[in-house]
Amino acid sequence: MTQHTSRHYEKDLQALKEKILLLGGKVEEMIASAMKSLLSRDPALARRVIASDREVDSGELESDHLCLSLLALRQPAASDLRFIATALKIVTDLERIGDLAVNIAERSIELNEEPPLKPYIDIPRMAALASSMVGRALDAFVRRDPVLAREVLGSDSAVDQLNVQLFRELLTYMIEEPKNVTRALRITFIAKYLERIADHATNIAQMVIFMTEGRDVRHPAARVGEVEEG
Amino acid sequence: MRGLALNEISIAPPLRARRPATPSAQEPMIEIERLCLFYGVKPALKDISMSIPKNRVTAFIGPSGCGKSSLLRCLNRMNDLIDGVKITGAIRIAGADIQGPAVDVTHLRKRVGMVFQKSNPFPKSIYDNVAYGPRILGARSRSEIEGMVETSLRSAALWDEVGDRLHESALRLSGGQQQRLCIARALAVEPEVLLMDEPCSALDPIATAKIEELMDELKVRYTIVVVTHNMQQAARASDYTGFLLLGELIEFGSTPDLFTTPGDRRTEDYITGRFG
Repeated sequence: MTQHTSRHYEKDLQALKEKILLLGGKVEEMIASAMKSLLSRDPALARRVIASDREVDSGELESDHLCLSLLALRQPAASDLRFIATALKIVTDLERIGDLAVNIAERSIELNEEPPLKPYIDIPRMAALASSMVGRALDAFVRRDPVLAREVLGSDSAVDQLNVQLFRELLTYMIEEPKNVTRALRITFIAKYLERIADHATNIAQMVIFMTEGRDVRHPAARVGEVEEG
Repeated sequence: MRGLALNEISIAPPLRARRPATPSAQEPMIEIERLCLFYGVKPALKDISMSIPKNRVTAFIGPSGCGKSSLLRCLNRMNDLIDGVKITGAIRIAGADIQGPAVDVTHLRKRVGMVFQKSNPFPKSIYDNVAYGPRILGARSRSEIEGMVETSLRSAALWDEVGDRLHESALRLSGGQQQRLCIARALAVEPEVLLMDEPCSALDPIATAKIEELMDELKVRYTIVVVTHNMQQAARASDYTGFLLLGELIEFGSTPDLFTTPGDRRTEDYITGRFG
């Protein structure tokens, strides 16, 4: 891609991209650590995840600030405009993913204060899937790869299914024995957080398709007066 | 961190199909077909075909020397005044050919008014500037001319500022007022099309905003074609934008589309300010 005539503009766009990538790397790491703290019963690690949320929050603020100043000062157009619009939106998704990783860490601390209810089978599978969706969505963003972004969209239903399946299973534990309820609910929450993480990864992937192709693939039923393709 | 180094990140979009040169189902006012223009042997416009919609603002953008002003000047045959110009192809305005030898060029320029980069009021009073066209075209009665002057000045959003000093020299007006006076002068002969060649390049942002606002009001009655160096102006003030490069019409489409998802890499590079 040819460079912008204004090197300063080019530098700012590059800086924005780097900020988003750092933020993406950070939240991926938070998901992995939160899961590790759950599986290896490591509350200290969970607390580190909770503490690192501040970095994500400040990253979000910095990124938004940079986007707004680029919009105000550069009047970006075409792919630059779509890139900045995408950055503004996906940073919110990343920040929410960070919050959900914190929620997982909080439930992990609580669960680790009691004996395990059951071996974790579906939760690690969900986490691996959701985390890979976040990773691939960010890869698609970096590489401007709409094909990879579409793959991410296709993965969401597997996570949803696991969530439903896990819920049914945990329900049986709760029905069987009331004193299981607290732990079973906490695990249910974790499954829900992972399912939400996958949803945010889906949002990111949809924005990457918009950024690369200029095509809005969200909410197909709600769109009227689509721009016709040339 | 992701698997790619930052310097490998490309922000290039995939190339998409070129948009057709008829942007929409809008009724066309000006139809250009296979237009070529040569200054001597040097081609300045290459095989341009497009339909300019009626009652809309259409902007031509592109780097210096891309042919946008030449194209604009074809629309009222201003290029006739330049030696060695050869034009092929067809231009129809409201369905009628404007190129043929039988066309009355004076009448054409009445139908197709023009406003230039540098405001060029006559060294006469405000009133006489606006009355000039109607008088030449045979308006006789004082009341008829007075009516036309007022209407034109109102249409050009200038009446409130000059209505009480119509007999002062036009040259005492500010740059923005002079430009609006030139617009009023063009409107006084009741054109159908208004051509504007860089109408705001000598104006400050407020005077520019007034002209852009005026364009938006005038399009209800006129078809406006504007050439501008200022891409933000095209983005703000036009409904359709054509991008020209080296005499070719690269892309023509609705302004919001062209500025968010251009179909051609060259348009993309130009409007995002990249080397090219």
